[in-house]
Amino acid sequence: MTVSIREFAERGADLELVGIQKRFPGFTAIEELDLTIPAGSFFALLGPSGCGKTTTLRLVAGLEEPTRGRILIGGTDVTSTKAHQRPVNTVFQSYALFPHMSILENVGFGLKRRRIADAEARAHEALRLVELDHLAQRRPAQLSGGQQQRVALARAIVNRPALLLLDEPLGALDLKLRRQMQLELKSIQEEVGLTFLHVTHDQEEAMTMADTVAVMNKGAIEQMGAPEELYELPRTTFVANFLGQSNLFTGEVVGTTDTAITVDVQGTPVIVPTARAARHQGEVTIGVRPEKVALHRDAPASSAERNLIGPGRVIDVSFSGVSTQYLVAVPGIGTLTVFAQNIGFGPVAAEGAEVWISWQVEHGFGLEDEPGEAARFPADTDTRSIAAQRRDALVAELEEH
Amino acid sequence: MAFAAFATAEAQPQAPRKKSRIALFLLLPGILYLVLFFLTPLVSLVLTSLQAPREFGDIGQYDYAFNWQNYVDVVEAYWPHILRSFGYALAATVLALAFSYPLAYFIGVKARRWPLLQSLMLVLVIAPFFISFLLRTLAWKQILSDESFIITSLKALSLMAPDAHFTGTPFAVIFGLTYNFIPFMTLPLYTTLERLDLRYLEAGSDLYANPFTVFRTVTVPLSMPGIVAGTLLTFIPAAGDYVNASRDFLGGPDTQMMGNVIEANFLVLLNYPAAAALSIILMAAILVLVGVYVKRSGTEDLL
Ligand SMILES: Nc1ncnc2c1ncn2[C@@H]1O[C@H](COP(=O)(O)OP(=O)(O)O)[C@@H](O)[C@H]1O
Ligand SMILES: [Mg+2]
Repeated sequence: MTVSIREFAERGADLELVGIQKRFPGFTAIEELDLTIPAGSFFALLGPSGCGKTTTLRLVAGLEEPTRGRILIGGTDVTSTKAHQRPVNTVFQSYALFPHMSILENVGFGLKRRRIADAEARAHEALRLVELDHLAQRRPAQLSGGQQQRVALARAIVNRPALLLLDEPLGALDLKLRRQMQLELKSIQEEVGLTFLHVTHDQEEAMTMADTVAVMNKGAIEQMGAPEELYELPRTTFVANFLGQSNLFTGEVVGTTDTAITVDVQGTPVIVPTARAARHQGEVTIGVRPEKVALHRDAPASSAERNLIGPGRVIDVSFSGVSTQYLVAVPGIGTLTVFAQNIGFGPVAAEGAEVWISWQVEHGFGLEDEPGEAARFPADTDTRSIAAQRRDALVAELEEH
Repeated sequence: MAFAAFATAEAQPQAPRKKSRIALFLLLPGILYLVLFFLTPLVSLVLTSLQAPREFGDIGQYDYAFNWQNYVDVVEAYWPHILRSFGYALAATVLALAFSYPLAYFIGVKARRWPLLQSLMLVLVIAPFFISFLLRTLAWKQILSDESFIITSLKALSLMAPDAHFTGTPFAVIFGLTYNFIPFMTLPLYTTLERLDLRYLEAGSDLYANPFTVFRTVTVPLSMPGIVAGTLLTFIPAAGDYVNASRDFLGGPDTQMMGNVIEANFLVLLNYPAAAALSIILMAAILVLVGVYVKRSGTEDLL
């Protein structure tokens, strides 16, 4: 399929990055990137600041030339195609709204260049979609950051490109508007079947919106898959900690059966299903998500279905309404995090209490990277809250308002 | 610059009324300066322009009167010079813009990565100021004279008729004006282009605009403040210039501009009222032209 820029895309185009490398003078932003995004999918590129997300989008948009590698859109090699001839539009991180044009002229710019009929009506329609039609005659400088961001969105979407690149397009919006725009974007994408490449450093946003999430770190993709797959079975320490939080342990594999491996964590045997572990011998890093872990006031009876660690001491309790986060210090192992739903009234254990923690064997996972390096990833604000808030939850929440 | 000013102008709250006395006080030096160095000569000029020749007086003796006929007389006598002044100035402004824009674009945008090259090129743009404007124009007169290497070569190559001249023609005068005012065009253009945010150009090309369309719809409008400032700084002094068009420099009898006529009336014919009336006409015409131009280019906030 070849994609023309003269008409609206009937459907999305697939994107293929083959062996892409990008070097800036004195700095390699992307070491080696291979990526295939199927047509019509909502693909999220998730990664911390500075990992090369914007650079990747700029390469796809044609604003930057790869040092090595090829870019294919809809099967056509566009590596040497100029930006204005690529069937791609970008929502820029900095909005880049033309300051000398009205909002309406900004939104109609791409349509005019392509000589599309009734550009103005379409621009108005796109502005209505982002609820800014009443500001059509204003200049960008007269709008708030969030409004400008929505105009940037309208300016790109109005062109119905085969491939839409979104560079942190919702960063400046407040929570409620962000959720609303997330839904809006998702429904536009589904309705028209366009391909969206959405860049974000907000894991919750990536997980709620995308069909496929690729976690990017230091210019390379660490892991790629459906959001629940990534969350339930992270492959690397980075993914385990960037996408939600994880309790990680390192130890030697001391026993192997057909279905499970046993890891010796400072004298405590911890069992992980073989299918969920990437490495089956030697030193390994294993982990479990904090919400999968149960807290016990008294030592529970040991069982083959559950891993048990303890006793430890509760060193911090933070109550957040829906759930409570406990930090439990276990001698020799370190500090573990436990999320517990507030099923009863308030926290079940106080600071200083002696507790045991346990989880079902099938909830554990084994990572593929060498243990010993950074077993703990410094948590930042984006990764603190646990994600996995599905879209339905969002819909329900919005309907309440 | 203009856009930023435009954006903040609205956001700023109205200054409280009682501050106006302080503002007036702070403006005092400026007002005094204007009265002393602008209004006084202007009033004197207006009065002179309305003078009438003294009855039974000598040449160059005039009395205060209300002789508005002076204006009619000078327009009748000198309308070709008036038109020529604005024609030459316009041509020189257009040429200077055509030359300076690529130059300023190169220094301000393309050379951003090499600050040393940027500074060096700016120094080269300003370098001519280190030598007197008169000397440089005289040098051009030499370079373009009939005996000069350039002209003799052109004639040898039959690119110029054997009996043709370059000095003394309108081309020479326009060339001189262009040459002399290029730095005044380049510097304001450079200042706006140097701050041009290239992300807008990228957004343009992302939205299907080819390089030329990006230039026309994004780069030029965003550099409008520099274009307006540069063209004003070139056009206004060029319209009143009397050096380039003078017979002693690059001009000839048929290239006399208003400046030359004013000079002749003041210094040779001693017809002070005519010279003053011409000066006032020149000033008023420039004011009107500039006003219309600025209004049309949408950069009122620049003034
Ligand atoms: N033009 C450039 N020259 C040199 N380094 C650059 C350039 N653009 C980006 N980088 C570097 O490449 C890395 C990735 O940048 P970017 O893609 O913007 O990250 P992000 O994931 O935050 O969008 C950063 O370390 C940045 O400093
Ligand atoms: Mg970025």
